[in-house]
Amino acid sequence: MTDQPDTYAAAAEVGAVRKRRTRLERVGLLLKSAPPSAWFGMIVVTLYILVAIFADVIAPYGEAEIHPVPFAPWGGEFLFGTDQIGRDVLTRLIYGARNTMGIALATTMLSFLIGGGLGLVAAINRSWLDQFLSRFVDVLMAIPSLIFALMLLSIFGSTVTSLIMIIAVLDSTRVFRLTRAVAVNVAVMDYVEAAKLRGEGLSWIMRREILPNILPPLVAEFGLRFCFVFLTIAALSFLGVGIQPPTADWGSMVRENASLIQFAKYDITAAITPLLPAAAIALLTVAVNFIVDWFLHKTSGLRDEH
Amino acid sequence: MSTEPVSKDRILLEMRDVRIDGFSDERWHQIIKGVNLTLRRGEILGLIGESGAGKSTLGKAAMGYTQPGCKLTGGSILFDGIDLVKASDAEKRRLWGTRIAYVAQSAAASFNPAHRLIDQTVEAATRRGIRPDAESRADAVQLFRALQLPKPETIGSRYPHQVSGGQLQRVMTAMAMSPRPDLIIFDEPTTALDVTTQVEVLSAMRNIVEEFNTAAIYITHDLAVVAQMADTIKVLRYGEEVEEAPTRQMLTEPKQAYTRSLWSVRALEKPEVKGDDIILSIDHVDAAYGPFKVLHDVNISIPRGRTVAVVGESGSGKSTTARVITGLLPPLSGSVIFNGEPLPAALKDRSKDQLQRIQMIYQMADTAMNPRQTVFDIIARPLEFYLGLKGKAREDRVVELLKMIELDESFMDRLPSELSGGQKQRICIARALAAEPDIIICDEVTSALDQIVQEGILKLLLRLQKEFNITYLFITHDIATVKAISDEIVVMFQGKVVEQGLKSEILSPPFPDYTQLLLSSVPEMDPDWLTNLLSARPDGP
Repeated sequence: MTDQPDTYAAAAEVGAVRKRRTRLERVGLLLKSAPPSAWFGMIVVTLYILVAIFADVIAPYGEAEIHPVPFAPWGGEFLFGTDQIGRDVLTRLIYGARNTMGIALATTMLSFLIGGGLGLVAAINRSWLDQFLSRFVDVLMAIPSLIFALMLLSIFGSTVTSLIMIIAVLDSTRVFRLTRAVAVNVAVMDYVEAAKLRGEGLSWIMRREILPNILPPLVAEFGLRFCFVFLTIAALSFLGVGIQPPTADWGSMVRENASLIQFAKYDITAAITPLLPAAAIALLTVAVNFIVDWFLHKTSGLRDEH
Repeated sequence: MSTEPVSKDRILLEMRDVRIDGFSDERWHQIIKGVNLTLRRGEILGLIGESGAGKSTLGKAAMGYTQPGCKLTGGSILFDGIDLVKASDAEKRRLWGTRIAYVAQSAAASFNPAHRLIDQTVEAATRRGIRPDAESRADAVQLFRALQLPKPETIGSRYPHQVSGGQLQRVMTAMAMSPRPDLIIFDEPTTALDVTTQVEVLSAMRNIVEEFNTAAIYITHDLAVVAQMADTIKVLRYGEEVEEAPTRQMLTEPKQAYTRSLWSVRALEKPEVKGDDIILSIDHVDAAYGPFKVLHDVNISIPRGRTVAVVGESGSGKSTTARVITGLLPPLSGSVIFNGEPLPAALKDRSKDQLQRIQMIYQMADTAMNPRQTVFDIIARPLEFYLGLKGKAREDRVVELLKMIELDESFMDRLPSELSGGQKQRICIARALAAEPDIIICDEVTSALDQIVQEGILKLLLRLQKEFNITYLFITHDIATVKAISDEIVVMFQGKVVEQGLKSEILSPPFPDYTQLLLSSVPEMDPDWLTNLLSARPDGP
């Protein structure tokens, strides 16, 4: 608005003009406004990711390396002692980050691919296909998911692949519900109708017209779903049908060392050992939730008063 | 409220060099850049300007109020000797609702749907102890009567959803008048109403403000309306005053070029041209939404290179006709004939070429553009999709199209949220134009815009028609728009075509009753228009 013509001109109309910023500047501005809780979450998640990526380098021993002393105490050669068959607990915690998070991430992505894709199709289509998919999802959701997962895992066997597939399919029902609900609101907009009138196909309307507009709630849901998947895997491992030995994983670590808790009166550190993987799970869950909360607040359009 | 005799020339409100900043995109911007405003008792000041000129912000500042995200950065606001800049929130709250009242644009959104109208009308007067509740209620009935509301004794016991929009707007005026304030701020009170209702609300407001000698600030973008209401008119632009003068002087001899351009808005009228080469015709079409039959044996023919305006009330089947033409709603019977060949009824059976030749522009440009796509993406897609343009050729064509709609390359990487209302609608026009269509269906394309912006859009459409021989099917309920753009007019009523003919035939007497009412209710730029109209209608509005 530097030059202001005397009479009306379309280009000089007052709109909400925004300063052009590069992506980097926008990210910088965003980070500057992040609250401490979000910073905490981001730092924790980054550390977890680094640990998971560089597990080989950081871990003092091999993932399944067995040492002569089982249940070794804390300190000395083994910082957090060894487990029931003499594996270094610290090493297994570090590898556990890689395994548990990797599987949880793969599962969440797969569930979003299935649930999100079908949800979008249902929202655009709105015919018998929508009815069929929605009712099928209702049926799946009616069965308690942990019991359903236990049952399916005992049928198909506890391999990593079947674990990922089964949890992803069960979780995709929730993603389907959310995607369909938010996509239906967008699918009735004039710009979707304009795209249909232009003759665009289903895939274009899904990917280019609707998906970008429902991304914020989906991203938030992704964070939360990731936590739930992660907890489900830990729970299944604790029950013995999740990730199988010798692969290190936080859920089964809690189970394997659970009996150590009873030695609390002799050695408090021994009792803490089985709680370490549990604490690792809890910390990551809290951190991810902090980030998601901040993100939701940002995208909900709520304005802080100045 | 004040009982002492008031003299007309005592200054009630004085704003000096008021500056207001708004916060957006992580920065503060100046919205009001030093405006002076003086209002005497009993005077009505009209504030006009395009959207974004800062009218509403200034109007609210007259109450000492700034919206969240705005702050007062300079100047003084004196209301009857009270400094509203320095006044505490508690002091201001004592004034608001009793000595200063505010009438908002959307009455429907401003009433609490869970309470009866009368309870909300008397709330301020009763709770602030201006007079006892029973007296307030009796007074409210008097106000309802003065505002010519039907059944003034009982209308107060209704809930907001049980009365019409125009009635609700008048109840809101009664609510504002109830404590007998010294100042009322009307913020576009009739913008959301249709013309026939607007006349009633305007006359009611004017009478009651005159009767109680209340000062008022009347904010609007409708010049003809402000000419009826205001003693003095102040024109704002970009948060600055353009000029201020008494209404008659302002209308007859505006000093600034910008004001003159505002004044000429309603003068646009296209000379009609008869066309014989029929490009599209709707042949005995019946259509229904489920069990509800909406169109009954509709026949319309549209000549090539001309504009056919479809007018009628809401619910008369105008938009449904457009949906039948585009294939979104296959008709029950009858057909749409395009360039001599019948079009397949359903959208999915039409060829890409057929889709390309019929384009559509929507009423709400906001929802017609994907908020996540840039202007370039929006305009470039039809170029790629229909014409197969790629890379440099496509980019050049987008720039060319932007020039055609009087915008420039700098708009290419903007998102729709960064455009004004008129610019958004221009981008939609460019998108339709990009397909190089034979016919464009315009569904109320100007009704959501300010008048001066409307005029700009209509001029653009006329120019494009001349250059590219495009045919328009123009759906609207606004007679001024019809006069400006059409060659032929189709009048629809309850799903049937009442008449089709040349503009001059349809717009000359004798009229059917509805057309007569519609035509006479369009405000004119004459300060005596409302007075004359009301005296000409024997039974009152």
